Amino acid sequence: MSENAPKAKPYWPNLAAGIGLGLVLLTAYFISGRGLGGSGAVARVTAGVMNIAAPEHVRGLSLFSGYFRQGLFDWTDWLIFQTIGVFLGGFVAAVTAGRFAPGVEKGPQVSRRQRFGYSLLGGAIMGIGARIAKGCTSGQGLSGGATLALGSWVFLLGLFVGGFVTAIFFKRLWQ
Amino acid sequence: MNLIAPLAKSGFLGPDVNLAIAALIGFGFGFFLERAGFGSAKKLTAQWFGTDWSVFRVMFTGIVVAMIGILALDSLGILPFDSLYLNDTFLLPQTIGGLMMGGGFVIGGYCPGTAFVGLASGKWDALLYILGLCLGVVVAGELWDLIEPIMSIGSMGRVTLFEFFGVSSWLIGAVVIVIAVAGTRFANWFEQRSRGKNV
Repeated sequence: MSENAPKAKPYWPNLAAGIGLGLVLLTAYFISGRGLGGSGAVARVTAGVMNIAAPEHVRGLSLFSGYFRQGLFDWTDWLIFQTIGVFLGGFVAAVTAGRFAPGVEKGPQVSRRQRFGYSLLGGAIMGIGARIAKGCTSGQGLSGGATLALGSWVFLLGLFVGGFVTAIFFKRLWQ
Repeated sequence: MNLIAPLAKSGFLGPDVNLAIAALIGFGFGFFLERAGFGSAKKLTAQWFGTDWSVFRVMFTGIVVAMIGILALDSLGILPFDSLYLNDTFLLPQTIGGLMMGGGFVIGGYCPGTAFVGLASGKWDALLYILGLCLGVVVAGELWDLIEPIMSIGSMGRVTLFEFFGVSSWLIGAVVIVIAVAGTRFANWFEQRSRGKNV
């Protein structure tokens, strides 16, 4: 990060980025009647790939039963298209801000290999957590928060408590 | 009078157009996440150590802006609240899931949406994180019979905060704005305290 700092543009102020996000979210509700999601597409694509590898087995897994339409795996999902868009939008924003830089982000006290291990572990915990909560930071937190869903505010409270408490025990990872 | 929104539900837009719009909306989502600095695991995780509260401020700004729009469009009869997809409430799963998401965020460095922005910024750790998400989905799918019994605990269906408390939606909206403003003030104070006066 530091070596390309001179040419990277500064981040936007929180207020500006937050207003942008809020307007995108509002547009999603106005046009499509639904909010944003971060984990739904990953779950569906993972189930779809599992279905290619072992169709009989996947059909027996109740978590994925909603991904089938008339016995066929349904890939034409709003969130899959949205997530492709997230990647492209992030790419354009990173390149135009001079922030696209292949590398690994980690705390000073962990090795690259450790960072990869923790990335995988944290991802797996959130992959499971997002299925249990039926959504992630985007789907429950941002979208459910804006639509004032009771359970989404319970989720938000859990998210912040979980983050702050875990940080006490994992200081070494990032500091 | 006919509803005019959501456009995809009132027949103004076909399903294919709706998918194309999903990609455009995602583009905006990813763009603003990156501009906020959320392609960086260091920036994101600084939230949990209290040194940079951008995650809180951006998230709550987004929530407040969208919420005001949604409440206004509902009050005007343009976008009725009942026509929107609303997350059902499951108290125990959402508590457990929320705690896991907070914990996994610290350990993995991203949340699912921001990991795609991290990947798009060239971060290899974001790729590993996304593979971890996939692994988590496999584990959840295989072990769902064990997890499922807790999924119905505290199940309340489609319920909003204002329905739960039996008050007007705008009153809850005002409370959310107060929480966002008070939280931001607290965040600014906490940041200054933890970084010293050089900010």
